Amino acid sequence: MLTRAEGKHLGEAIKSNVRSHCVGTTAVVYASDYLNKLTGERIERECKKQLDSGARALVIDFSDTELVNSIGISILLGIIDIAEKSGALVVFSDVNDETVQLFEMLGLTRHVVLAKDEQEAISGLATPPTQSHIIGH
Amino acid sequence: MEPNTQKLIHSFGALADLGQEIADTGDFIEMVRTSLHLLLGTLAIRRGAVVECPSHLDQTNPLALWGLGEGYEARFSVDDETKAAFLACETGAVAVHTSAAHEPSLVSFLAAHEAEYREQLIELIVPMIVRGDLTGLVLLGGKASGEPFNADDIEVIRSMVRHIGVGIHTHRLLAEVKQQAEENRRLYFDLRAIYRDTVRAFAAAIDIKDKYTQGHSDRVGKYSEIIARELGFAEEAVEGMAIAGYLHDVGKLVVERDIINAPYRIDAKQSSELNRHPGAGFEILSPINHPYADIPLSAKYHHERMDGRGYPDGLTDTQIPLGAKIVTVADSFDAMTTDRPYKKRRTFDEVVHDLRRNTGTQFDPVIVSAFCRALLKELNGETRERKFLKMLGKNYLDARKDAPLLVQLLSELDATTQSAAAGG
Repeated sequence: MLTRAEGKHLGEAIKSNVRSHCVGTTAVVYASDYLNKLTGERIERECKKQLDSGARALVIDFSDTELVNSIGISILLGIIDIAEKSGALVVFSDVNDETVQLFEMLGLTRHVVLAKDEQEAISGLATPPTQSHIIGH
Repeated sequence: MEPNTQKLIHSFGALADLGQEIADTGDFIEMVRTSLHLLLGTLAIRRGAVVECPSHLDQTNPLALWGLGEGYEARFSVDDETKAAFLACETGAVAVHTSAAHEPSLVSFLAAHEAEYREQLIELIVPMIVRGDLTGLVLLGGKASGEPFNADDIEVIRSMVRHIGVGIHTHRLLAEVKQQAEENRRLYFDLRAIYRDTVRAFAAAIDIKDKYTQGHSDRVGKYSEIIARELGFAEEAVEGMAIAGYLHDVGKLVVERDIINAPYRIDAKQSSELNRHPGAGFEILSPINHPYADIPLSAKYHHERMDGRGYPDGLTDTQIPLGAKIVTVADSFDAMTTDRPYKKRRTFDEVVHDLRRNTGTQFDPVIVSAFCRALLKELNGETRERKFLKMLGKNYLDARKDAPLLVQLLSELDATTQSAAAGG
C-alpha cells in the first residue's frame, strides 16, 4: 500500500495525465480503472477546466473503470453539481453493469445520461433525449 | 445482485475506508475532508459540512465543506443550551425543516438559522458526540435520489459520524499532548540553562577564594567542554563535561584560604590539607541529583594519574573515569597557562613539552590528542569561534609557530596510541 507521501508524489506525477478531448462543445474525459479520491479529484479538475473553457456537455467515459468507491460517488456528484450550475449536460459512457446498478441505487442516474459508449454519448448529445435519460441501457 | 446487498457492500466499503482514513493522522484537515466525502458518497448526499464545536467557544469552526454555496463558511454560534440539546437528541440526527418536537433551545436555534440552511439546501444536522461531549456537527444536504432519509440511512450516517467524531477527538488529544510535550521540552531547556548559570555562578564563587586563579573553574569548564565535543560526545554529555569542569574544585571551599593563596610552594602538611579538596568536592557534590553523570567522580578523581601516582585513591588508567581524565587535562593546561603565586605562566613551547612529557604517565593520550586537535583547528582557522584565544589572551598563541608544534605532538601521540593498540 502507498504511504500518504508516496500517494501524493504519485498524484503529482500523474496529475496532468487525465485523458480528455473535445468534440465541438462536448468534452470527453476518461475515468481511470479505480475511481477514488486521487483519480476523482484529477477528473474533477479536468471537468472544471473544460467547463471553464466553454464546454456545454461533459462525457465521462468509464470504459477503463472497474470500481467506484464512496469518495468517487461524492466527487461525481460534485461534478454533476458544477455542470448543472453551468447549464451543461453530463453523460456517463461505457459504465459496467455493477457500477450502473450502484449509480441507479444511489440516484445518480436521475441527474446524468448513461450511454453505451463514447460514440453513442456524442451522437446522443447531438439529439438530446426527451423521454428517457438513458441511451442504450 | 440484490439492491440491498449492494447497498450494504457499498456502505461497508465506505466504513472500512473511513476507519483507515481516521487512523492516518498525518494531515488532519485532509482526513476530515476525505471522511466527509466518504459519508456523502455512501448515500449519494449532494452536499455537506463538518464543523467543530470547540468547548471554549460559542462559535463553530468549519473543518470541511462540500457542494455548499460559494462563500458559505458554516460558521454559526452554538450556545451551551443548544449544545446540551444536541447532546440530548435521542434520534441522533435533527431534521432541519420538519416540525418534529425538539428541545425549545433547538427549536429556536433552527428558527434562527432556517433561512441559511434553506439557502444551502441543508436538510439534516447530526451531532458528533464523543465521550459525552459535543465534538462538532455534520450538516447534510439531500440525497441525489431525491428520497427522504429513512431509518437505515440515519443509522449509517450516525455510525460514520461517530467515527469522524472519534478521529477529530483523537487528533485534538494528540495535538494537546504534542503541545504539552513541547512546553515540557522548553521548560527542560530553561531549567538546564538555569542550572548551568547557577553552576557557573557557583564556580565563580569557588574561584573568588583563590585570588591568583580567578576564572580558573570557568576556563576548566570550557576546556572540558571543548575536549568532550572533540571526542564526539553527545550534546548533553558535552554540557555535562562543562559542568564537571566548573565544579571540579568545589572541594577547595573546605581548604583554608591561606593555603590556597600561599605565595610560595606549600609544605607537606599544607599540601596534604590542599589534597583533601577532591574528596571534599565529591562529598559536596554526591548528594545532589545532577542531570548529568559522573560529576562528583570527575571532581574526586581529577588529580589521579595514569601511572597510579595521583590522589586521592592512586587509581590507574582504566580505573579513572573518562570525565575525570578530561578535567585533569583541562585543569593542568589552565594551571600551565596562567600565572600562579609562585611562578609565571609557561610559554606555549613549554606547555607542549610538558604535555609530551606527562602523556601516558599523568595524562591519557586520547584526551591530550583531542585537546590538541581542537586547539589546532582554531589555530588553522577551521572554527569560527575563538575559544582558546579568549581564554589565553590574544598575544599568547602564534599560529605560524605553534601549529607545527601541535602537529608534531599529535603525530607522536598517534604513533604511541597505535603501538599501544598493536601491543594489546
